[in-house]
This record gives sequence, structure tokens and C-alpha cells, in this order.
Amino acid sequence: MPSGANTSGRQATAAPFAIELKGISKAFGPVQANKDISIAVPRGTIHGIIGENGAGKSTLMSILYGFYRADSGEILINGTPTAIPDSQSAIRAGIGMVFQHFKLVQNFTVLENVILGAEEGAMLARSLAKARRVLSDLSREYELDVDPDALIEDLSVGHQQRVEILKALYRQADILILDEPTGVLTPAEADHLFRILSGLRDQGKTIILITHKLREIMEITDHVSVMRRGTMVGTVKTAETSPEELAELMVGRKVLLEVDKGAPNPGKTVLSVQDLHVRDEHGVERLKGISFDIRAGEILGIAGVAGNGQSELLEALGGIAAATGRIVMNGTDLPLTGATANGQTRREAGIAHVPEDRQHLGLIMDFEAWENVAFGYHNAPEYQKNALLMDNDALRADTAAKMERFDVRPPIPTLPAKSFSGGNQQKIVVAREIERNPDLLLIGQPTRGVDIGAIEFIHKQIVALRDAGKAILLVSVELDEIMSLSDRIAVMFDGKLMGFRDPETTNERELGLLMAGVSEGTP
Amino acid sequence: MDRLPKWADVVLVPLVSLIFAAAISAIVIKAIGQSPSEALKVMVEGSLMSAYGWGYTLYYTTSFIFTGLAVTIAFHAGMFNIGGEGQAQLGGLGVALACLLIPWPHWSVALLAASLSAAAFGAVWAAVPAYLAARRGSHIVITTIMFNYIAAALIVYLLVDVLRPAGQMDPATARFPKTVSLPTLNQIPGFDLFFQKEVPANVTLFIALAAAWAVWLILWRTRLGYQLRAFGKSEPAARYAGINPAKMIMISMTISGALAGLMSVNNVMGEAERLLQNSSEGAGFIGIAVALMGRNHPVGVVLAAVLFGFLYQGGAELGLWTAIPIELRIVVQGLVILFTGALDVMVRMLLVWLFSFGRKRQVA
Repeated sequence: MPSGANTSGRQATAAPFAIELKGISKAFGPVQANKDISIAVPRGTIHGIIGENGAGKSTLMSILYGFYRADSGEILINGTPTAIPDSQSAIRAGIGMVFQHFKLVQNFTVLENVILGAEEGAMLARSLAKARRVLSDLSREYELDVDPDALIEDLSVGHQQRVEILKALYRQADILILDEPTGVLTPAEADHLFRILSGLRDQGKTIILITHKLREIMEITDHVSVMRRGTMVGTVKTAETSPEELAELMVGRKVLLEVDKGAPNPGKTVLSVQDLHVRDEHGVERLKGISFDIRAGEILGIAGVAGNGQSELLEALGGIAAATGRIVMNGTDLPLTGATANGQTRREAGIAHVPEDRQHLGLIMDFEAWENVAFGYHNAPEYQKNALLMDNDALRADTAAKMERFDVRPPIPTLPAKSFSGGNQQKIVVAREIERNPDLLLIGQPTRGVDIGAIEFIHKQIVALRDAGKAILLVSVELDEIMSLSDRIAVMFDGKLMGFRDPETTNERELGLLMAGVSEGTP
Repeated sequence: MDRLPKWADVVLVPLVSLIFAAAISAIVIKAIGQSPSEALKVMVEGSLMSAYGWGYTLYYTTSFIFTGLAVTIAFHAGMFNIGGEGQAQLGGLGVALACLLIPWPHWSVALLAASLSAAAFGAVWAAVPAYLAARRGSHIVITTIMFNYIAAALIVYLLVDVLRPAGQMDPATARFPKTVSLPTLNQIPGFDLFFQKEVPANVTLFIALAAAWAVWLILWRTRLGYQLRAFGKSEPAARYAGINPAKMIMISMTISGALAGLMSVNNVMGEAERLLQNSSEGAGFIGIAVALMGRNHPVGVVLAAVLFGFLYQGGAELGLWTAIPIELRIVVQGLVILFTGALDVMVRMLLVWLFSFGRKRQVA
């Protein structure tokens, strides 16, 4: 199969579509991940693909990039049927992929990463010189400025992403696939990325953007395809659609995009944090003196780019990480170090914790749903049959009831956690924590990897808990979520709070600057 | 990721592994100029076709149940206890001291005391590496292996310089008094109908089966087992839930060591009736294979222990009745361990491939 033929030579034939997928199907055992999918992406456009988790977007892109082989169907690149058995073939066919999790060698320079796998000859000098030349051309053309000699580990996330794009362009990609590219970027970095993508489009590149953020779709794409449960439910011109219509296509029913919440009615102070410091296991200070209060009936949102100390804050409050300073809960000092500073004593103090990373902290993925419902509350008296044995039957019954109240699907308590979708896993965690009726709920990235239907549900639960007079600390990297849920917003940068803002009066630009560490006078 | 149906995972994978091991063993036997079919016949007849053979097979089985359970319970807490051998030898010391120091009126009280003593000695021997792992972060595999050597050296020293009766030539303790001699299966009413000749399998078999049930109960029905399993699956998640990792390491390893120590009730008290050098004879290591093959479930461990009991006894019969050296049983055991343990993934992949093949045909 001469799929390795030079793609630029083929441009002369000027096929209307850069990529055409015809009737692609792929099954994993009994699960039909892709069902008879057809799309045509015109050359020189940005094409969005949206869908809930598990809708089959990633599978489709993996087929296009040669990670999986389709059970049936055809791929046409520039009008020519092309077999893509592996990623090397995909690269030869002019397809470049920027993954959600970057594939960069941390202690290599930008140049070394760019040529990795594309070295020419045994000695590196020639390839490096060529890459330097190409990179400086690309940088000028597309606003893709990166220092070619910088080490990856010294670069910001936004710059690392540019290196990934450069890698693809260096391999002469004509078609660029980006998987959830803005998940880790500040708003300013995301804007910059969109400028780069527009530039690439203007130069005739074709871009496929996979995302779950409707705003991005509306802002940058020319066409958008919506996937639901493995099928393609429609492709529309972005200019002729609306976020509401797209959300409805994705979920299959009308969805409330705005959070419906009334004015807060804050009461007494529930949690008071004073000068909190946390060091990680390498002795690096991650939390550099944080102070704030949360009152009953109030949602305090912590905004910030991932990795600026939000995780450590949650872990210190949740009794997982040791800290110094003071945490006062309902007027009582909580232990910050030693054996008494643990998840159990925190729960006894009335703190429930929905962790940021539900798959590694909040759930045991191999445990069945009912075992996960006991997780953290395994000492609760209602789950014990006698002094020796746990009451597994009561636990399963309780799980079935929780699953019904929180609309967990499928409502089968004996299914392992890993068999549920992201949204349903999160509902299990949220049900477990909220139904304990805590005085304070710590909730990190409540809707990460959660589909739109479940997002709406989880947001409602958070607001209901607030209205019941509980205090809530919300940590999220999704600025939209922070803006729509919080009663007060604090921005975190480099282990410190950059300031508090009122969601009614602030805007994304102001928060974006604070997230980047620009304080504009006010501390 | 394609998965196997549960029955295939539990039954077919070990079975296919065994068939592979048997096939290669047959090639090895053929290569040394012997007949594989003859060898299999001798092994089966010598271990499974007579009450006498079963008496030996079950004796080995008893030991392997204990050491298999020891590996199993530690495994569920994410600990790989390689130190069963040393813990069993220390358990043997506990049995010997209990039997020799106190004049017991009846074997039943002696059995209770010796069991407690064996479990305590094994537990202490496992608790030291556990403490080092919990507090200092030393790797449990390394420390438990080293503790096997220390145990062997300690036992030799004690047997030669401390416990050996004056005038005795071989490094061993004195014989235990007749009153603490455990009933063998041929002495137990009911069982004596089947076992008519003197066999080494003894009442300890029932303790082993009770231990298997207890391990199942602990792991899947108690809060402790819940916490152990949660910790074994994910330490960060366990911390989130307020489960103390150091405590889990200590408890799981202590129970594990106690189970390995209990093994010595079977061989030291039930069979040898005195403590010898290297009393555990590798059963601690066999326990790793038993646990692997038994899928770290007590029922699987009991079944795998019977299989390894058969291999041990059948291998001995080979040495007795054929020109095949007794060492061949080590080859056979090695192959079984290789296929059921190390090459498990390979066998699984093969089956997954075969299953997907079947599925595609159905579709077409």
C-alpha cells in the first residue's frame, strides 16, 4: 500500500476534502464504540468534534491515527483511500496528533524532542541544524515562538503544547488533530492557541478539534460534528448553530447550561484557614501561607491553573497531606500533622471530600460500587453487622438507594467502579459524600471528565447543599464552572491566594490575569 | 481491551497453563530417555490412586495451604511476602519450644499451645521486615528474602549449640514426648475406614482448612479485610479514606507470618516430632506458586495446594520406582510455576485471541 507517498504531491489534484471517513465501525467486545461513522472535513477548515465521555470521539481519532483498526469502513485522505495500520502510516499520510497528555521527554530540549523519532542518520548534528532552521521558519509563520534550546521541564504547559504542535508540523502534517487542547491552559494561553490554529488554517492546514467545551467550538470552528453513543448525530455549520442546540444534540434532551441558583444566605463561619503551609515529599513548598474563611451557606470557588497548590490545599484540609498553620472547623482546631490528622478524623469533624482525582483517590476502581460507597465511611455503625463482620447486605441496599436518588446508570451495586462512565463514577462519589450531610464539602474538579447531563445534575446537588446551609469549597480549573457556581472567588497562583473577587462584578479577563500571577495592585 | 469470561479466567487459564507445563515436562522426560506416559502413570498411581498415596499428598497439601494463604493475605494488602520459608522455620522453633518445655497432658492442649506458639513466632519474624517497610520504607521483598537466610542461620545455631541434647550427633532437638503426638488420619474414627496404613497426613489438615475459611472471612466480610484490600489496591486512595498505611502493612504481614508459622504444626509436630534443620523444605516458596495459581483466593489456594501436593508426592514416587531422578519433580514444579505465574499473561493473551477468533466467526 503506497500510503507513504508524498502528500504534498497530491495537493495538485485538489480534492475537496482533506479527510473523509466512510462508514467507520469499531466494536470492543459487545460495546459498539463507533457505529457507521461518516464525516468529510474540507481542506483548510477547523472541524470540531464534540460528544459526551464515551461517545466514541477518542476511538474515532485513534482509528484515524492508527492506534486501532476499524472493523469496517474506509478512510480517504485527500480523496485517496488510505490504510492506516499504525501511527507511522498516519504520519506519512500527513496526519499529526496533539494528545491531551503530552508525549514529551521532560529532560530533553525542545529541539531534541522535535527530532525524536525523525532523526536522519546516526549523528544528531545534521538533524538538529535542520530542525533549528525549520523551527525558526515555523515560529515566524504561526506565532509559535518557543526557545529551541529550552528544556521541556522548564517550559509552561502552554509552551509544551506548542512543542507538540511543532513536532507535528516538523513531520509535515497537513492535518492536525488536537484532543482537548485547552484543558490545562489559562484563558490567555487558550486565546493564543486559537490564534495559532487560525493561522494554520489560513495557510491551508486542516484542523480537527476534539473538545467538550461548547464555547471553544463556537469560537473557533467552521463546522462541528456531534457524536452520541458511538454514532454521528449530525454535522452543522458553526455559524448556523447555538450552544443550546449542540448540547441538546450531544445529550439527546434539553439541557440547562446556566446554573440555576438564588442569592446566597451566608451564616456563621464554618471553616477558618490561617497561614496554611504545605510541603511536598521533596520538601518543596507548595502552599505558601493561605488564609480564608468559608461561612455556612456559601460556596467559595478557588480558580487557578492546575498545579498551583489547589491539590495540596484540598489534601491538607482532607487530612491527606501534613501542613502547618491553623485549620479551625466549627471553632475547633484540627490536627495538621501526626497520626490524628487523617481522613477519618476529618470526616468526624464534619468534612466531606470529593477529591480532584476520583480514579486514584475517591474510588477503588476494582472494587464494586457498594464497596466504594463504604469507602471512607467503613467505620459507620450502620454498615456493621456485629463487632466482627460488616453488613454487606445493608451496604448493598444503601448503595442501590443512593444510585436511584443520584440517577447512577446502570443502577447495579455489584458492578466494579471501573465499569461506570466518568459521570456515573463521579455521581457515586458525590452521593457518598453529600448524603453524609457534612458541614463542609470539599469538592475538587467536580465535573472533570463528566458528561453534560451529569454536570447539570452535580451542579444542582452542590447548590442544594449550599441552600441547606452548608459550606462548600469548590476547586476547579474550569473558569466557567467557578464563575457560575461560586458566591465568592479566590484565585490561586504559585501556592498563594492572589485575591478574592465577586463573581457578579469580575470577568474572565480579570481572573485570567490573576491566574497568571498578575495582581494589578490589589493583593 | 478484550476480556475473558469469568469461567475462562478462573478455570481455563490455570488449566491451559498446566497443560503447557505438562507438555514441556514430557519433552524433558523424553529427552533423558524415559517414557513420559510411564512417568505420569507412576505419579498418578503413587499419589492419587491409593489411600496411602493420598495420605502423603494431603500431608504436603496441608503445608502448602498454610504458606499459600500466607502469600494470599499479604498480597491483598499489596505486600509480596517472600519470607514464608523463614517464618515457617521460626514457627517450627515455636512448636518445638511449646512441645519440649511444658509436659502437656493431652495432644489436644498441646496442639492448641503449639499452634499459638508457631503463629506467634512466625508473626514476629514477619513483623520485623513489616516494621522496616512501614517506618523506613525498605522494600518488603528484599527484607523478607534476607530474613529467610537469617532464620536458617539462627535455627542452625540453636540446634547445634542450644537445643541439641547432650550426646546426640545430628543437629536437631530432642524427640517430642509421645503424649503430644498428633493423630494421623488413619487414627481418626471415620477416616480410618479409608486410611488403613500409617500416613503422615494429620489433624493439622483441618486447621489448614479452617484457616482458609478464616482468611476468606477476614478478607471479604470484615472491616479489617476491607481496609487491607483497599490499601492493597491503592495506597493514595487508602490515605484519602483515612486508612493508616503503616498499620495495614503491620497487620497484613503479621497475619501472613502467623499463617506461614502455623505450617510447622503439620511437619514438625505432626510428622517429624522434633525440629530439624531446614524443616520447611521449600514449602514457603511453594506457597508463592500456590497463591499465584489459586488466584489469591482461599478456595483456589486449597485446590492449588492439592495440585502441588500431588506433584510433590508423585515426584517422590518417580524417584522410587523409575530411573527418573527425584530432582525431576523440581523441574516439573518449576515449569508449573513458570506457566501459572510468570507466563500467565502469555496464556491469557492466547486465550483472548482464541476467544476473539470465535466471536468473529459468530458474527460472520
